Amino acid sequence: MGKNKVIFEKSVNNRIAYSLPECDVPEHNLNKYIPDKFLRVNSAELPEMSEIDVLRHFIGLSNKNHGVLSGIYPLGSCTMKYNPAINEELAKLAGFTDIHPFIGDENSQGSLKLIYELQKMLSEITGMHAFSLQPAAGAHGELSGLMIIKAYHEKSKEYNRTKILVPDSAHGTNPASVSMAGFETVQIKSDASGNVDIDDLRASIDDKLAGLMLTNPNTLGLFEVNIKNIAEIVHEAGGLLYYDGANQNAIMGISRPGDMGFDVMHLNLHKTFSTPHGGGGPGSGPVGVSERLAPFLPCPEIYADNDGKIRLNYDMPDSIGRVRSFYGNFGVMVKAYAYILSMGAHGVKSVSENAVLNANYLMFKLKEFMKIEYDRKCMHEFVATGAPLKEKGVSTLDVAKRLLDFSVHAPTVYFPLIVKEAMMFEPTETESKESLDEFVEIMRDIIKEADENPEYLKTAPHNTSVGRLDDVKAARKPILAWNSDKE
Amino acid sequence: MNHKNQKDYYTSSYIPNTKDGQNEMFDIMGINSVEELFSDIPNELKLHRDLALPKTMSEPELLKHMKNLAAQNVNCDTHICFMGGGIYDHFIPAVINQITGRQEFYSAYTPYQAEISQGTLQAIFEYQSMICRLTGMDVSNASVYDGATACAEAMLTAYNITGRTDIIIAGRINPQYAETCETYAKYRGINIIKSPFAPETGTVSMQYFNQAITENCAAVIVQTPNFFGLIEDLGEISKTAKNKGALLITCVDPISLGLLEPPASFGADIVVGEGQSLGNSMNFGGPGFGFFACRNDYMRKMPGRIVGETADSNNNRGFILTLQAREQHIRREKALSNICTNQALCALAATVYMSVMGKAGIKKVADLCIQKSHYMYKKLIDTGKFKPKFSAPFFKEFVLEYNGGDIKAMNNKMLQAGFMPGINLTNIGLDNCMLIAVTEKRTVDEIDAYTEYIKKAGEI
Repeated sequence: MGKNKVIFEKSVNNRIAYSLPECDVPEHNLNKYIPDKFLRVNSAELPEMSEIDVLRHFIGLSNKNHGVLSGIYPLGSCTMKYNPAINEELAKLAGFTDIHPFIGDENSQGSLKLIYELQKMLSEITGMHAFSLQPAAGAHGELSGLMIIKAYHEKSKEYNRTKILVPDSAHGTNPASVSMAGFETVQIKSDASGNVDIDDLRASIDDKLAGLMLTNPNTLGLFEVNIKNIAEIVHEAGGLLYYDGANQNAIMGISRPGDMGFDVMHLNLHKTFSTPHGGGGPGSGPVGVSERLAPFLPCPEIYADNDGKIRLNYDMPDSIGRVRSFYGNFGVMVKAYAYILSMGAHGVKSVSENAVLNANYLMFKLKEFMKIEYDRKCMHEFVATGAPLKEKGVSTLDVAKRLLDFSVHAPTVYFPLIVKEAMMFEPTETESKESLDEFVEIMRDIIKEADENPEYLKTAPHNTSVGRLDDVKAARKPILAWNSDKE
Repeated sequence: MNHKNQKDYYTSSYIPNTKDGQNEMFDIMGINSVEELFSDIPNELKLHRDLALPKTMSEPELLKHMKNLAAQNVNCDTHICFMGGGIYDHFIPAVINQITGRQEFYSAYTPYQAEISQGTLQAIFEYQSMICRLTGMDVSNASVYDGATACAEAMLTAYNITGRTDIIIAGRINPQYAETCETYAKYRGINIIKSPFAPETGTVSMQYFNQAITENCAAVIVQTPNFFGLIEDLGEISKTAKNKGALLITCVDPISLGLLEPPASFGADIVVGEGQSLGNSMNFGGPGFGFFACRNDYMRKMPGRIVGETADSNNNRGFILTLQAREQHIRREKALSNICTNQALCALAATVYMSVMGKAGIKKVADLCIQKSHYMYKKLIDTGKFKPKFSAPFFKEFVLEYNGGDIKAMNNKMLQAGFMPGINLTNIGLDNCMLIAVTEKRTVDEIDAYTEYIKKAGEI
């Protein structure tokens, strides 16, 4: 396999890419300090390369990736918006990067102020009472929020509340987080219009109810029109309402989860608040709560003291505890904070308006030649179905793979699970009408190909650095690390 | 065009739609205003006011504001760092920023569409390979959030594998890692037993450990070097754990593995740790990343993303997310973990770091850490203001007891003199003790200056 060499195959004995100082203190044999039995016998076989080799290798890899600046990235539920250039620079200021987390609150007022103010901004945007920015990602925020629900019920000695209701359209992380928090998932159905089936909700409620997790707008991109009613039903039964903030980009400045009746929620700063996804992190998943749940937030609390200084409070007897080290992914918070300051109140509202406008426009145009599962106004995303193509032998996967040939990213596919051959599109507010129109034309050509040359779709992609990859082979005999003996 | 309700139209450099462009889209769709698109939201749930957010800032105003905030932090530009405790001031080669600054890497999502994500996927594959080489383990995942959650995930993995409910935390692991494990444990009915360190050595007390471990122990978690910087003797702990059928989870400093024998050699089943030291800034504690590696036997019990090698239709080598049957988007409530987003870009920085350092450089970094920290250790004791606290060997970080007066006052004076002097351990029960870290970045002049100020600190 000459192509696609891994870095170890480029290694040449005794090449170096590092530049380190000579030892400037008197040197001794290592075993003067550390007994031989603890010292490494065989070296860690890391690559041996020159600096230019390392750079060429990784720049080469970067050229095989699609980023937001490479072309439209309408990956549903992921909010792949533009990541402002200035924010990348701000997060690299030495005062933010080279600060040690044990330095103490007196010596980190800049960072702590930023965290405190960001907590306040997120509270205002969502209508929640308080936020903790400690969780490192959306799923981590979910887990923290569910732990808070559990701690709340246990504080009231309601140990029998073990069930969390989760709609069948929910993200997979919802039920997985439910299990991790020691709860049991009960799935509830969606109705014909894509909303929570109220009858099924009522039927699922008993004295074991701990709470309901909801994404609103839901993963179909539809607003839960009955949300007030749902909140009443759940609250009356003694349950709490959890808001999955993955789709917050649809409603900023327009409607707030706190006002809808939600008790606890998380946000994804790496979706709504423009921080980059990093190819799979780092993200940030702040957890927000209503007033009665504030004592249960992760520890420590970051608060403004009477003298105006921002301080850390560790005296939180009801807190769920710590969910990770220190204060969360601070470097990500810097970017989200800068983003909100750039946008302001009118700006964040405009974000949601244009995100929803773009999604509706794209849906309207695609409807000319594609089937939209729920034919009503959508919010920031919508779900099309590839079911009609399937009859011609072309799958949603084939369409997605063919899209990659045109320097655009595919939509989210086969999710939500309740729609057959699902394709979930989320264009975001940072795309222009022109780029949406271009995307529509690419889609139109591909759908035409399904009739004219289905074989070409089924073998796509054709113009990418590798052809369609065999995932079955990868899972059957996993090769998870490079091993020179095996190659 | 007879438009329309546009008085609130807002322009932003991040939103390309213009007023005219919006109107054109309205016309095509046959609607009159953007409000119509929000008609599903009941009026009573709409926010009929502006959000109370700070006034909008332009880019130059923002830059000034943020620089002002950053300037209020004591940082490595203003002070010389002798602090550690899990987050370290190691050198970061310039190559790393060139790579992590590529939008193709930083702006991409999790690599679901493998054919246009080969950059991320191959880099993760190489990351997994390097972590295996460093730790001596067979397989690694694509990273988790941090060292603390890596320990907690390892704990849950051991619980899933063995079905046992006790976890022993042996000796002094990073207190925040222990607290995170406690949080994760209490919601799963897992019982954490803390087996203390021996006051003389500072490492695991075998006497207490032998009493603590039973047949219901899922795993033993040991950190080496431990929170005090001391190297644990894994051999004996491992033997005892195995006898009881418990797994051995070790939490390690990846830099130390340049010269210290990898945990695999002592029988570790799962190796985790904080990876920040590998090419990532301290960032006030995050983002860094957690690494998670284990033996082949537990490959399918590992949490998180995993990349595997495969081939395309022309038999070209390619890489893809694999073993996804373990994960939340397939298994939902039966998933091994809920983890989805991890710390990919930080793991990429680590991959570039390990490539730059290479086989020889990683040893040299570790060697400089050992030489300089031991030089400083002796120097500080020679001042007469410090005395040794523990007898076990250490790697780059050590604990000394201050006997030159009030430790808090000394700390403040050192800060004024331009040092981040170390971590005062009084709060965690070691009165008058300091935890001091010395990386390869510290020079003999900096160490000597620190020592001179210590001599003066009690006098002023």
